[in-house]
Amino acid sequence: MDTMSLLMQGFAVALTPESIMFAVVGAILGTLIGALPGLGPANGVAILIPLAFSLGLSPTSSLILLTSVYAGAMYGGRISSILLNIPGDEPAMMTCLDGYPMALKGKAAEALAISAIASFIGSFIATIGLVILAPILAKFALRFGPSEYFALFALAFATLGGITGKNQFKTLMAAAIGLMIATVGIDISTGVQRFTFNTLELFEGVDFIIAIVGLFAISELLFFLERHAGDGLKQVAINKLQLSAKDIIKVLPASVRGAVLGFVAGVLPGAGASLGSFISYTLEKRVSDKGEFGKGDPRGVAAPEAGNNGAASGALVPMLTLGVPGSGTTAVLLAMLISLNISPGPMLFQQNADLVWGVIAAMFVGNLVLLLLNIPMVGIFVKLLSIPPKYLMPIVTLIASVGIYSVSHSALDLYFMVGFGVAGYIFRKVDIPLVPIILGMLLGPEMEKSLRHALVLSDGDWSVLFNSGLSIGLWMVAILGLVLPIVVGPIVRAKMKRSKESVKDA
Amino acid sequence: MLNTISLKSVLVSGAVALSIAGQAYAFEPARSGECIAPANPGGGWDFTCRSVGKVLVDEGYFKGNVQTVNMTGAGGGVAFAHTISKRDKDENLIVAASTATTTRLAQGQFPGMNADQVKWVGTLGADYGIIAVGKDSKYTSLTQVIDALKKDPGAVKFAGGSASGGWDHLKVLMTAQKANVENLPKVRYLAFSGGSEALVQVVGGHVDAFTGDISEVKGFMDSGDLRVLAVLSEERLPAPFDSIPTAMEQGIDSVAPNWRGFYVPGNASKDSYDWWVKTMNELYTTKEWKDIMTKNGLMPFHKSGAEFTQFVKNQTLDIKILSQDIGLIK
Repeated sequence: MDTMSLLMQGFAVALTPESIMFAVVGAILGTLIGALPGLGPANGVAILIPLAFSLGLSPTSSLILLTSVYAGAMYGGRISSILLNIPGDEPAMMTCLDGYPMALKGKAAEALAISAIASFIGSFIATIGLVILAPILAKFALRFGPSEYFALFALAFATLGGITGKNQFKTLMAAAIGLMIATVGIDISTGVQRFTFNTLELFEGVDFIIAIVGLFAISELLFFLERHAGDGLKQVAINKLQLSAKDIIKVLPASVRGAVLGFVAGVLPGAGASLGSFISYTLEKRVSDKGEFGKGDPRGVAAPEAGNNGAASGALVPMLTLGVPGSGTTAVLLAMLISLNISPGPMLFQQNADLVWGVIAAMFVGNLVLLLLNIPMVGIFVKLLSIPPKYLMPIVTLIASVGIYSVSHSALDLYFMVGFGVAGYIFRKVDIPLVPIILGMLLGPEMEKSLRHALVLSDGDWSVLFNSGLSIGLWMVAILGLVLPIVVGPIVRAKMKRSKESVKDA
Repeated sequence: MLNTISLKSVLVSGAVALSIAGQAYAFEPARSGECIAPANPGGGWDFTCRSVGKVLVDEGYFKGNVQTVNMTGAGGGVAFAHTISKRDKDENLIVAASTATTTRLAQGQFPGMNADQVKWVGTLGADYGIIAVGKDSKYTSLTQVIDALKKDPGAVKFAGGSASGGWDHLKVLMTAQKANVENLPKVRYLAFSGGSEALVQVVGGHVDAFTGDISEVKGFMDSGDLRVLAVLSEERLPAPFDSIPTAMEQGIDSVAPNWRGFYVPGNASKDSYDWWVKTMNELYTTKEWKDIMTKNGLMPFHKSGAEFTQFVKNQTLDIKILSQDIGLIK
């Protein structure tokens, strides 16, 4: 098989000492970042991108490092969910439902171990899915002309709110803010300057990375200042691990189901990891016999963990093959690829086969590393939860600023970063989600370009947008994606709320 | 006391060493140099800086290292402005440049700046322009494409990796102009953010033709998905590209090298400029540099000193006139 031999070549790249080192470092850093409440995977990757630049890492090494951080953060997110009932990020929320009750029952170690195993199964199955699906989609992607791409971007925007998104209107506002920022700079289709005020630094528009670091990392710092949380989070006692093979076998079916569902949810642009963990949990609750869901059922820990890790790998499929990110974190990864002058899309699999397959192989390696790290070393990660943020946040800010400055050597970029930080703080205060802003910035110009190209090719005939079965299909999914949340959203949210409340009651 | 003496002696011997060096050479570079790559890590300019910096150190021109500094913005404009305003006398600084730099200078996209404000050192190779079509295209030669354009300038749609008015766009227009195609502003060009994006659209059959550089097309040439109709060089390129006919062979006098080279600050001393020119001439002949060129698909193209300065002047003027002709600038 062609794919197999490519994958083997990938392992040759991933198993070099350098790659393994970056995978291990990324896995550890990712787990740490994921474990700290408030710093989710998107933040983790955003903070480390400038670092990867300033260290002058090769594209392959940077990607291995950052995908490991991504995977690690998905693992780490469960630690604070289980021990503190505070999800590290949104997808980890469902893990709280049964994880925290397990910890209350004195089974914290078991909950952590089961979730680590489930995470591993989730990532492993989804990475296999990625191996199978990505090359197929990459070949198929040649059929995407400008009008198909335009429909695809419309789909991404339509499903942005997702089913679990809070407020459709605020999501829309956020996306619009992103689109507005994206108009700054020289328009490549006409060469006209837009909103540059003759400032050289604005000719190429506003850098995504600066916006990402500002919106996520700097706003987090501001939140910290506001809270004056000088002392660390409460230390949580951990019991000795008593996990038998029987316990593991018991959660296996739940993990596999969760992994597959999560992967599918992740592949859909816009839906992302939150949906993956949510539907995995609800499905598990339905198919399982009796059980004690919400009161500390191990399967209630395994299913959503497998789901959100599966979704994390699934989201890489549209990002790598079509250049359309399926989640916030993949949007950040996409921004980095663009900054490294690597265009995702079908060409990536042809021209940078080493890189893609190296990264995919590194995901297998990284997951194994994570599993090995997480079971014996969970105590260390727990200790790190108690590092006072007053030491942590300045380090995060320092890394972010040094990284940003080293790419452009421009003080203006630092002002921009701080500006975005303040804006991010305000947005979060008024509950405007940040991820759609980034997606708007990333997808907006591409969508505009696709529209213009489609119209140039058709000599100005708008019907070109619906001229192929593929584009009509995409438009239909887009309409579904827009309408469904309005109809089904309230029901799903009500359910989520109820299951959350039942935890509080327990 | 002992300390002071030793310090003094170090200073004295240092000064002596310097004055000896000063007699031997008109200009002696500092221990470490700096190369500004006016773009993000990973791009062409970044590659130029990093590879040349490495050879400069390996060949002993610098005892310390040559630091690559990325200075992104305005397609090189930020670095250009930085060089002329803040580093105007820095003799240990080189800045990577290419046809993209002269294009933007010619079209006034670096407001208030022009090519005379810096000193042009030399080029160390070039990537030649090509025009290609998908394997199922009805065109099998550049002449056919030009004939179609002569009948209707909008008949063939081109995709390229530079912005409208950028080098990939200009290559098509220059070729069409040399072949006496009329109504150049009507020639359709689709700007993509990178050559590979544009290639996918051509290979996928969505756009008629691709305009880009030879280094961008090797993958799709090997797989047979792309037919390169012409290379815009004076002579055929070395193997494995020797089967591609030049535009000149097809009767169109169009040559478009995308050169890779450097400029230094405008008020750097003549001695330091001469040293850089001499160094680039020597560097170009080293085996290490030849290997780098082969590995990265750079073709032979070397001009330096006065010849290069004149070349930049001519190219800037040509692009300016062409851009005015097609209404890109006033």
